[in-house]
Amino acid sequence: MSRSRSAVDPKRVSSELFSLTYGCMVAQLLKDFENPEEVNKQLDTMGYNIGVRLIDDFLAHTPSVTRCTTLEEVAEILCKQGFKMFLGIVPEVRNWSASKDKFSLVISENPLAEYVELPPHCQDTLWYSNIICGVIRGALEMVQMDVKCTFVGDTLRGNDSTEIEIKFVKILEDSLPAGED
Amino acid sequence: MIYNLYIFNSAGDCLYYSEWRRKKQTDMSKDEENKLVYGMLHSLKSFVARISPDTSDSFQSYQTSTYRLSMYETPSGVKFVMNTGLELSLQSAREILHSLYKEVYVEFAVKNPMLSLQSPIDSELFRDKLEAFINSKMRE
Repeated sequence: MSRSRSAVDPKRVSSELFSLTYGCMVAQLLKDFENPEEVNKQLDTMGYNIGVRLIDDFLAHTPSVTRCTTLEEVAEILCKQGFKMFLGIVPEVRNWSASKDKFSLVISENPLAEYVELPPHCQDTLWYSNIICGVIRGALEMVQMDVKCTFVGDTLRGNDSTEIEIKFVKILEDSLPAGED
Repeated sequence: MIYNLYIFNSAGDCLYYSEWRRKKQTDMSKDEENKLVYGMLHSLKSFVARISPDTSDSFQSYQTSTYRLSMYETPSGVKFVMNTGLELSLQSAREILHSLYKEVYVEFAVKNPMLSLQSPIDSELFRDKLEAFINSKMRE
């Protein structure tokens, strides 16, 4: 696939490299673990480890953000600032549950999956961008919010949209240091 | 004049301590002192939030006749605590702590995948960068 460019744009180049690197990593994981379900779990774990650190990077660059008290605030900041800062996209927030404890994030253009087509043997089981779920879970855990984050649809799998469901579980208590009451 | 600096993580572990001018030493071990500082801050935070006459707020600093203790806490629970002389305003102290978070802690501790953030930071690079940062702030 050729693309005409008058001058090399460094931002564009590095995002392609990022997509290619991620793709290689998923392909390798599939080779190593063979089972797409296991690969989903691995991607989630890797994402979690990224998320617990990424949150500090995010917070340092957005000092106006304070700890969120409601899931609505989380959705707002996650989409408009978090995703924007690291992936350059702003997902849409949809499908709020009646009790406001669950919402969906719809990604219209997924930079990770730019050149990807899933092979038939994992067409129905692999969540290619599952690392994102781990990142969200890890990052929110560091601001004392326990959430469950799962993919419910992916255009790579033939669904209408790439959609992540985020469900609030509980607020984590600030742990007291040992020896304190 | 910056006297000393503590960095605590959300669990209360002291990740880093450094001092530049400390005329009087306490008679406690480093461990005891760190626990005391963290415990005091934790209690103060809780006290301040409960007594607050307005919306919930967070403890920022205390001041004596000779020094000021300033604390910058991130929403992720990392606490930067700095004792300075009174000539440095609270605003400046907090700005220094925020810059420290952004330019030193995030860049050289958080982004280093080999470094555990649950135990004292043992990285020469981090130490050097932090010392250089503080020295540049003191020269201003």
